[in-house]
Amino acid sequence: MKRARSCGAFAATLTMAIVLSAAPSLFAHAGGIEVKIDNFSFTPQRLTVKAGTTVTWINGDDIPHTVASSGKLFKSKTLDTDDAYTFTFTTPGMYEYFCSLHPHMTGTVVVEAETGSRDAPDRSGEP
Amino acid sequence: MSEFYSDPDRGTGVSRRKILECMTWAGTGVLWTIAGGVPHTMGIIGETMAAEPSGLTFLQISDSHVGFDKPANPNVIGTLEEAIGKINTLPVKPSFMIHTGDISHLSKPAEFDDAERIISQARLDVHYVPGEHDLIDEEVKLYRERYGRGTKGTGWYSFDAAGVHFIGLVNVANLKAGGQGSLGEEQLAWLADDLQDRSTSAPIVVFAHIPLWALYPAWGWGTEDSGRALDLLKRFGSVTVLNGHIHQVMQKVEGNVTFHTACSTAFPQPAPGTAPSPGPMKVPGEKLRALLGVTDVTFKTGQQRLAIIDRPLNG
Repeated sequence: MKRARSCGAFAATLTMAIVLSAAPSLFAHAGGIEVKIDNFSFTPQRLTVKAGTTVTWINGDDIPHTVASSGKLFKSKTLDTDDAYTFTFTTPGMYEYFCSLHPHMTGTVVVEAETGSRDAPDRSGEP
Repeated sequence: MSEFYSDPDRGTGVSRRKILECMTWAGTGVLWTIAGGVPHTMGIIGETMAAEPSGLTFLQISDSHVGFDKPANPNVIGTLEEAIGKINTLPVKPSFMIHTGDISHLSKPAEFDDAERIISQARLDVHYVPGEHDLIDEEVKLYRERYGRGTKGTGWYSFDAAGVHFIGLVNVANLKAGGQGSLGEEQLAWLADDLQDRSTSAPIVVFAHIPLWALYPAWGWGTEDSGRALDLLKRFGSVTVLNGHIHQVMQKVEGNVTFHTACSTAFPQPAPGTAPSPGPMKVPGEKLRALLGVTDVTFKTGQQRLAIIDRPLNG
């Protein structure tokens, strides 16, 4: 039946390759680091940086996304394909964020003190 | 398409094979026949019109995404125009149309303008609910300004037609991290109040953008507090839930509730779990129109089902 054959053809188109970029160093120094938005996920999903680091999110999807702090500390405009958003983390802590359009997309930025202290307080709930 | 809907008495869902079959003819819009309360698909629009010429008929279109211009469909204006053109050829003019959201792609004024210019060519009253793409302008005001007159909260409302109570809900506003679609306390309280004095024999049609059942939570295809809305609806003998968002036809019957999602007029999305993400599905050009469409619904007083027909653009 024609329908059944069509289904098969569609299934074949779904085998498109996904190549997630090799996870960049999860520990970055001040000077900037990227988080990629691809296939409805943030990569790396958990990022550890030193205080003062600027993080840039770049949307590689064909669908718009946002980057919104769960604690309302920061929120991007709607990012269409290839749009970017940057935020500089100045205070040590753990910052959770999500896409306000597709809230199952979540990520975390852990900001450590310049001295490298690992006692970063959880700031995700702070406004 | 009689095999497509399940007998509520048996309480069965639709098999995966059936869902896949449906997907191939899903796409244009769904023509719904409400027959005594419970909706059901009747096949392609043309077949239905021959079999069921009378009753209240309304249309559902969804996910126009005007402004989208990526390879999955660089001409969403053209496919929306085709869908409206199909509607204009229906032998029986529907009473009205429902649009289950994502009218625009980026909530830009020009996108809403283009959608309005095309959809108005059907010369039908249109009852809208927003998709998440309709609430992303900086001040989140354009949807309300254009479509929100007479609505409550972020845009919910109800109305009656031919003895059927229609409820338009918003589950794309104020979404929370890690969650799915959400109705929220204020809207649930309004819904309880809206239903309070209504007879259980009144057929109910609920429409919202994101599915009101846990269709595929891993992709966010569900509404986290939909169970509370369905609890309020379970005493009614006939409830039909119409959604969009997932750009493909899915249907299930649970007790007295029939759930149905419509196709997009813009681009298809993959079946749950069959791709790395729910992003736009790129298909060969000649296949695209088999995956886009509209839905018709017909209601006939005294019968127990609404007839739901999904009509592909190339059908």
